[in-house]
Amino acid sequence: MIDTAKFKPKTIYVTYIAATPEKVWQALTDPAFTTHYFFGFAVDVEPKQGGRFHLFWPDGRVHVTGEVVDWSPPRRFSCSWLVEGMKDFGELPQCLVTYDIEPSGEAVKLTMTESHSWDVPRDILKGGESGWPKILSGLKSMLETGKPLAVDTKEGPPPEFMAAVKKAVAEKPWLKR
Amino acid sequence: MGKPKFVYVTYIRTTPEKLWAALTDPRTIRKYWFGMTVECDWKPGSPWRLKFEDGRTADTGEILEADPPKRLVIGKWHNQFKPELNAAGMSRCTMEIEMVDYYPGFGRKAVKLMITHEAESEQGAPLIEAVSGGWPKVLSNLKSLLETGDVAFKR
Repeated sequence: MIDTAKFKPKTIYVTYIAATPEKVWQALTDPAFTTHYFFGFAVDVEPKQGGRFHLFWPDGRVHVTGEVVDWSPPRRFSCSWLVEGMKDFGELPQCLVTYDIEPSGEAVKLTMTESHSWDVPRDILKGGESGWPKILSGLKSMLETGKPLAVDTKEGPPPEFMAAVKKAVAEKPWLKR
Repeated sequence: MGKPKFVYVTYIRTTPEKLWAALTDPRTIRKYWFGMTVECDWKPGSPWRLKFEDGRTADTGEILEADPPKRLVIGKWHNQFKPELNAAGMSRCTMEIEMVDYYPGFGRKAVKLMITHEAESEQGAPLIEAVSGGWPKVLSNLKSLLETGDVAFKR
């Protein structure tokens, strides 16, 4: 199990959804659901603390691997997150992605927190900053309308992001004290 | 450290024109902004005023830019109802609307709305903290209203 105390929140995205906590939980953990809003990725999660976590491309290749750090349905789902399916990424330290689900009036507040154990360059954080609003806007649309949101998935991360990943992998700043 | 700011992005199944109308029509604003209304003619240089349901002024400001349906900038945004936020000074809110590509073959569109709310000075941190909590609620409701005809929550 990873030492979550070493991880500091870097990117937070909040959205409010007209749904129940159970429906939001299902949307985050059911592969039939994630393919509609998570850039086509199917989630695969072993439903317990310490369980395996994966995101798969539609053709079955692995995109993300991780380990379940907190499995507390329908309130908190947290897992470590290593992007293996993109060039260079697999060599970066894993991050931590935590979803908190809380009732808020008639709606549900969903908070996504992306945390890192090292001093991540701004340009690498831009990947999540551009991706999470698309993913979570799509999740909200799916739950509220039953239809996916048509967000262009070919756009990819910002150009400076790929360069920053390459530089970090070469210099490995997380190994320095 | 630069001036404190908050950025929020949401994607909405709508058109830029409908989104612009929702951002500027007082009756629509009242539906997704928890009963708040806005008084403004949306012309550059015009005063902007956000009011509570009972008529009290919440915030004041001025339209710096209005380029429908793409870009709206409200400047001199100043809280008038909480002394600690009033003391945090003025801020500027930029709303940018952009059509995101069609989904090939489906003819569906999504519109990207980006809100950048920036304090005018380094003392504005408490204000930016407050709007960081408020914008996700307001904009989640706006998205629900445009996509489903109803808001996600009333309070």
